[in-house]
Order: sequence, then structure tokens, then C-alpha cells
Amino acid sequence: MFRRFLRPISPSARREERIFYLFILPWVIGLVVFNAGPVLGMLGLSFTDWRISLDNLSFIGLENYAKLFDDPVFWVSVGNTLYIVVGRVVFGTAFALLLAILLNQKVPGIPFFRAVYYLPTVTAGVAVALVWIWIFNPRLGILNYFLKQIGIQGPPWIYSSTWVKPSLILMSLFQVGPNMIILLAGLQGVPKELYESAEIDGAGNWAKFRNVTLPMLSPVLFFVIIISVVGSFQNFTEIRVMTQGGPGESSNVLIWYLWENSFVFLQLGVAAAVAWIMFVILMALTGLQFRLGRRWVFYEV
Amino acid sequence: MEKQKAPQRNDGPAWRRSIKGRRVISIIITFALLIPIGIVFILPFIVMVSTALKPLNQVFAFPPRLIPETFQWQNFPDGWYGYGYVDFTTCTWNSLKITVNNIIGNLVSCTLAAYAFARLKARGKNFFFALVLATMLLPIEALVVPQYVLFNRLGWLNTHLPLMVPPWFGWPFFIFLLRQFFLTIPEELVDAAKIDGAGHARILMQIFIPLSKPALATLAIFAFIGNWNNFFGPLLYLREPSIQTLPVCLVQYQGAYGNTDWHLMMAVATITVIPVLLIFIFGQRYFVEGIATTGVKG
Repeated sequence: MFRRFLRPISPSARREERIFYLFILPWVIGLVVFNAGPVLGMLGLSFTDWRISLDNLSFIGLENYAKLFDDPVFWVSVGNTLYIVVGRVVFGTAFALLLAILLNQKVPGIPFFRAVYYLPTVTAGVAVALVWIWIFNPRLGILNYFLKQIGIQGPPWIYSSTWVKPSLILMSLFQVGPNMIILLAGLQGVPKELYESAEIDGAGNWAKFRNVTLPMLSPVLFFVIIISVVGSFQNFTEIRVMTQGGPGESSNVLIWYLWENSFVFLQLGVAAAVAWIMFVILMALTGLQFRLGRRWVFYEV
Repeated sequence: MEKQKAPQRNDGPAWRRSIKGRRVISIIITFALLIPIGIVFILPFIVMVSTALKPLNQVFAFPPRLIPETFQWQNFPDGWYGYGYVDFTTCTWNSLKITVNNIIGNLVSCTLAAYAFARLKARGKNFFFALVLATMLLPIEALVVPQYVLFNRLGWLNTHLPLMVPPWFGWPFFIFLLRQFFLTIPEELVDAAKIDGAGHARILMQIFIPLSKPALATLAIFAFIGNWNNFFGPLLYLREPSIQTLPVCLVQYQGAYGNTDWHLMMAVATITVIPVLLIFIFGQRYFVEGIATTGVKG
């Protein structure tokens, strides 16, 4: 690849190249200063006894990683993260697919419903997380009130260590907007002829869904699953506002563990080790996405 | 569904045998799902607004009422001004300042990079574009510890700089999104401009930017919502109450011992959500198109 730089090129091509590098320069600087530099720094610092100040650091090898792997809370937070990732991927993807199929029907009013289903995604943030605390209130909340109307004694939701993770997954179902739109675009990209030939073969709705829609949609589904996994690592706002990792450690996920170790316990060397592990997981997911899901971009505007 | 084209069945009840009957049934099933799900999706907003309008004693009433008995509009000014050490007006200005700056920064830096990736030939371009793709899915949370150290070293903690400077250095999502759009602009327009002697700066300003208004609007909407709702960054970098942004101010309403003034907090929460709602309603068309185009999470 670098050999190409040695080949002579025309002056106008050279000028174009200079403009190319000039135009991408801000982004390259940002990449180096705000991403690559910090990531490498973090790797280095994860091998030190860094607590508060950066002076007098000593190299302690893999001790932070050893400490991390010895900490039962770390494994609890890994388990919790995995629980939420699996829950969000399974239920979130299935639900997003259901919504996408509904929005793909030829009935009036679809743009309205599309907007309504997307709405909770754009308003996700502190304000809505606060509302959800109130919705999940075991005694006075609207959720348990509705459950009572149909004869179900509602669980204590975010106030119980068994229910807090299902609660967070349930809440995340309101934020499937992007996945829904991506899947909808995927559904609309399935060639009509495939359905027609399936019909000629006498396929019913389920057979068409199973044998045409799902295989054609698989690259898009794969992309949606990857971004759901990545998204599950980013639920800091909900955890901070609603549960603070509790009750006990039952909603302590990796991002919360990272936050507590860095900015509450000031175990920065350990935090750097956690951050580095998270970074490797996320980069691996991105790599997987590019290796397995070539066709994940929609070029139609 | 392509029900009209399905082969006719000769068994079953009359509605199943007729094409029209099956179409009607499918419409009924669709609406039977669309409408209840829609109501459930709106419910959190209804809870928020109705709590914002109740007097405190009705907030804790059981069974909960979705429509308050009396509308206590006073909650809005009381919530806004009533919380001792949090000045929501200042927080709003801070949020607005950061958000506007970041939208402009993102638009400028990402337009330049996207144009380069879409239209300029250069050796090494594929390598750099692979870097855009590789960093596109990386959430900021994974980099927060080392970035914190960096900003600490630079002496930027407790200022708006850690939030306001990086957006001027591009954002892989947006570069990718704009590049996809720029690729659709016909080559002939560029060639014609080149014959007229236009340089790349002029081609960008006079052809690409005017033709890309929908894509730029999408990007601006994404950036607005992302920055307005940003909680992690401000919580991390800002300590002084006077420089806080709205989400952090809002969360301070939570009482430490559970005695939260829910009606006032929800009133302020409602106010903070309104700008996002307005942007979403007016920009909805761009927004949905933008996500479908890139398959990128907003």
C-alpha cells in the first residue's frame, strides 16, 4: 500500500491530494488527540499504580488486571452487562422487527405511527429516566396500577434485585426507534419478485416470512444486533439517574463499574484496565460487523 | 403484505376465500397492534405532563389519574425558579451555547472531511476511510477515562472546552452520513464547474452545500438531540453549578432522601423536553431518512 506513494503522479493529482489531506486534517487531528492518544495512554496507565496524580507512577505490570479479575463486583458487573445485552438484543430486536413489519403494511397513517414510535428515542435522557422512576414506583406507579386492573400483583421493578434488570430491558424497548427504521428500510429493500415467486410456489405468510424476509434481512438484522450490543454498553444515564447500580450491585454494569472506580473510588489504574477491556470488546464487535456483515449500508436516499 | 396476489383458497369461511375480506382482516389486525403500541409509547409523556400539572397531594393519590383534577400551571414557574441552588435559566443558556457551537463545529468539520472522502482522489484515502468506519461504532464511554486525563492536563476541567472543542474535529458518524449523500450528487455538475474554473472550495460551497440541505439538516438534528440530551460529559467535566447544563441541573432535583418534589421536577422535565419535541416534529422527515440512509444509530 505504501509503495503507491513512491510512484510519480501529475501535478494536478498532487494538488488534489493536498486538498484531500487538508480537508480531512481536522478529523485526523481529532482522531489522534482525542481518540488514539488517549487509548494508547490508557493502555499504558493500566499497567501503573495510578490513583489520583500522574506523578510518581510506578510500573506494576498486570497487577491492575489481576486485581480486577479478583474483584467479585467486577464479575457481577460483567454478568449484569451480559444479562442486559442478551435481553436487549433478543427482545429489542424482535420488538423492533415487529414494529418495522407493522410500519411496512399498506395502511393509512403510517408516517404518524412511525413518528410516535420514534419519539421516545429522541427524548431519551434524564427527563424521561426520571419519569420512568415514577412509572416503576411499586405502590403508586402507573405500571403496577394497570397490572392491578388486569388482576396481576406487579413486582417492585427497579427496587428489587431480581426485577431491576428486566425493568431496564423493558424500558429500553421504548428506544428501539433507530433499529426499527433500519429494519423497515431493510424490509422495503427486499425485492418484490421474491415474494411473488414464493406465492407461485404456494407459500403462506409465515413461509414467506421464514424463507424470504428473514434470509434477505439477515445482514440488516446482524447490523441491528451489533448496534444493540454497543448501545447496551451506553446505558449510563438510566443507571445513574434510576438505580445507581443498585439495589446492591444488581444493576452494576460495566459502564457504572468504570464510573465508580474512576470518579468515586479513584482507582484510576483499575479503571483504565476496565476501559481498555471495554474498548477491546467494542472494537472486536466493530470488526465482526465488517467481517460478517458486508451489506449493512443502505445507499438509497 | 402482498395478500391480493395470494392464490385463492377454496376452504375456510367466506372472508378467507375472498381477497377483499382477507385484506380487510389484515388491516384490522394491523391497526389492532399499531394503535395500542402507539398509546403505550405516548404514555410516559402523558405521565410526565400530568404529574407536572398536579398539586403535590394529588401526585401521591391512588389510583393515579392521568388527567389531573385541577391544572396547577403554577408548577412551571415554581419548578423553574423554586429550587434553591439550581438556576435553570443559566443551565438552559449553557446547554444552548454548547449545543449551537457543537452543531456548527460538526457541520463544518464533517462537511470538509465528507467532501474529501466522496470526491477527492488521493493515495491513502482507503486507509483513512477504513479508520472512519472503524471508529464509527465506538461509544464515547469507552474513552472517557483517558479523555478525562487529557482534559485535566490541558486545564480544561470545569470549563465548557471539553464539550465544545472536540466537535470541531469531526465525528465519524456524520462524516460517513454526509459522504453517502455527497456520492449521490451527479458527477456532471462537478465537471461543469471545473470547466468554469471553479476550485474545490467553490464547488463545495456552491454545489455540494446547497444540494445537501436535507442531509445537513439531518446532521444538525442529530447533533442537536445528542448534545441537548448529553448527560455523561457535563456530569464528568463540569463541577461548578453556574456552568452546568440542563440534564445535570435537572437530576439535582432528585431529593437525597426520597422526598422529591415530583410535580415541580416533572414541570421542569417537561420544559427541557419541549425543544427536542419541536425539533423532532419539524425535522421528522429528514430524521427518519437520515437513519435509513446510513443505518446509523441517532
